[in-house]
Amino acid sequence: MADRGPKSLVKGNIALAEGAVQAGLKCYFGYPITPQNEVPEYLSGRLPQVGGTFLQAESELASINMVYGAGAAGVRAMTSSSSPGISLMQEGISFLAGSQIPAVIANVMRCGPGLGGIKPTQGDYYQATRGGGHGDYRTIVLAPNCVQEMFDLAGLAFELAEKYRNPVLLLSDAVIGQMAEGAYLKHEKPPVRHESPFTVTGAKGRPPLNLRSMYLEGDDQEELNYTLREKYARMTRDEVRFETREIEDAEIVIVAFGTASRIALSAVREARKEGMKVGLFRPKTLWPFPAPQLRELSGRVKKFFDFELNLGQMVDDVKAAVVPGTEVKFWGRPAGGLPAVGDVLEKLKEF
Amino acid sequence: MNRIEINFERCKGCYLCVTACPRNLIEEGHELNAAGYYPARFTSSQSCTACALCATVCPDVAIEVWKDVDATAPANKKEEAKSSG
Amino acid sequence: MAKKVFGRPQALCDVPTHYCAGCTHGTAHRLVAEAIDHFGVADRAVGVAPAGCSVMMYKYFNCDTIEAAHGRALAVGTGIKRARPDMFVFTYQGDGDLASIGLCETMHAANRGEAITVIYVNNAVYGMTGGQMAPTTLLDQRTTTTPAGRAVANEGYPLKMAEILANLDGVAYCERVAMYDAKQVRRARKAIFHAFELQIKHNAFGFVELLSACPTNLKISPLKAQKWVEEEMVKTFPLGLFKDLPAETAAGNDGAAQQAKGAAHAV
Repeated sequence: MADRGPKSLVKGNIALAEGAVQAGLKCYFGYPITPQNEVPEYLSGRLPQVGGTFLQAESELASINMVYGAGAAGVRAMTSSSSPGISLMQEGISFLAGSQIPAVIANVMRCGPGLGGIKPTQGDYYQATRGGGHGDYRTIVLAPNCVQEMFDLAGLAFELAEKYRNPVLLLSDAVIGQMAEGAYLKHEKPPVRHESPFTVTGAKGRPPLNLRSMYLEGDDQEELNYTLREKYARMTRDEVRFETREIEDAEIVIVAFGTASRIALSAVREARKEGMKVGLFRPKTLWPFPAPQLRELSGRVKKFFDFELNLGQMVDDVKAAVVPGTEVKFWGRPAGGLPAVGDVLEKLKEF
Repeated sequence: MNRIEINFERCKGCYLCVTACPRNLIEEGHELNAAGYYPARFTSSQSCTACALCATVCPDVAIEVWKDVDATAPANKKEEAKSSG
Repeated sequence: MAKKVFGRPQALCDVPTHYCAGCTHGTAHRLVAEAIDHFGVADRAVGVAPAGCSVMMYKYFNCDTIEAAHGRALAVGTGIKRARPDMFVFTYQGDGDLASIGLCETMHAANRGEAITVIYVNNAVYGMTGGQMAPTTLLDQRTTTTPAGRAVANEGYPLKMAEILANLDGVAYCERVAMYDAKQVRRARKAIFHAFELQIKHNAFGFVELLSACPTNLKISPLKAQKWVEEEMVKTFPLGLFKDLPAETAAGNDGAAQQAKGAAHAV
């Protein structure tokens, strides 16, 4: 493994921000909202150090549109927010997808719906994976579950955004954002840049370029959608990421992401101590969802326990992925309720 | 002779040029173009001064203005500086 | 021998436009193109298009352009300019885009003194969508959403952007012009050139409001529409210079210098 230097004790939000900086982040535009304020606060001092630009925008609406502009100009740009602010950004995300402009958007989830509280939740799964904006588009959704992954996946997010000229969502929650853990604050590999000719950088030595997402002539808008579909097919084929623990002989597999996966992992260990054959399947990309892998697993495992911090959202994708005859049960607590390991263990036993 | 050229297919017959011309040298046309408009018509070169007021108000950049060039006349240079980019 | 003394600017594509007969968007486009030519910025310019009739301006300008969501042009422009300060960034927006849905982004970009040139075409109506009320619709003016005429009690007063923005410290230059006759068009040209110069030489925020005619939605002839601007619109929207800081103090927003200062205090 490459030398990643010493570990630092750092908050998730800071790791996210530093991961972005080291991946070549040059422009950050964002608006304060709990529980992610460390991101803009940290970047306000850090970005100028690396010759980047930090601007506190007047709203989340403005933020996502500034990211759209900077990304269109060929510069690595990101914004961060939390659930209600991400709702405000949906139009902008649709525009990014339609105009095929790279961007990274970090959502440190808080409860909803509405103003909600500031406790952690996973209530934005649908919003992230189904696309809260209008039209047929997808965003890659990366779901870190620890501070190290906040750092690492921030870097990956930029690579994927540029590779596919698409917005990428980094989906975490208030727990991961606020917790401090030891993490390497140096990427394993230097960031990979995918430069694109489709940037508005001035028509010097080339014909003028226009970036837009409205095509009024003939079937052009339809053609755009097919172009996007082909792109999303490539993402689905090439960008699935997931992790499994103790599934080799598992009879029940917990499917969980983010913070829920940490609780689930502890429950798996406790269950194993009691002789239960339980494993964990943790998607790291919520979109593209590791459906083929779950399907294959469900050939052998007949009981899946979908555990999320919401009223049941990812469970739809789990149910759609597994072979008929597989039992899928959901249990979770929405809007700030954090189950204890014992609670999960109890539900496992009931299963 | 000074003159203007109205792009027949480009003109939308708004006739802002008709009002703009201080010498009434443009009139409403009666011939249809492909877009379905009746383009304006330049009627006479005799008294055109190439002031370019017509072209200045034309929203469709459908008018080009040509000035008779006399290299020795300083007044021409002033006109050129005013109306060209 | 004859010499051409007036023709199409290079920065304006030689194509017919979709604008209605007598719509002064065409005139405004030409003036902007003349400025692009004059200052030689075609190869580093990017125009940010609004939603509205001029959403299709990418067809008409020989420079890079980008579509922005309705109202967000100044946020998009800010993003581009902050990412690439060497580029010349202009937004071209209508009254709905700049003064209704985009009002917040407009105020803040102006307040920050972004080094962006804003071309604001005010024709007192929503043209593209069929003639609804705009923030700048005149009192008593009938539109499809004010069939009895705009009333103070229900719709409030027309919004005067040039006056409002002139009050913001970040704004270096703010002028309202019109295009209803040749004299006004020439004045408008000067204003646009001045705004361009302010960005190029002084990194300053320049704002030009151009009173414009929408013959189609006013339901009158192009000539009568120009008269309407001259005689009616100007009563509510007086022409004139509202702010023009001297060049030395028009330094506006120098983002890089600010960032360097901030770095010294970084945690």
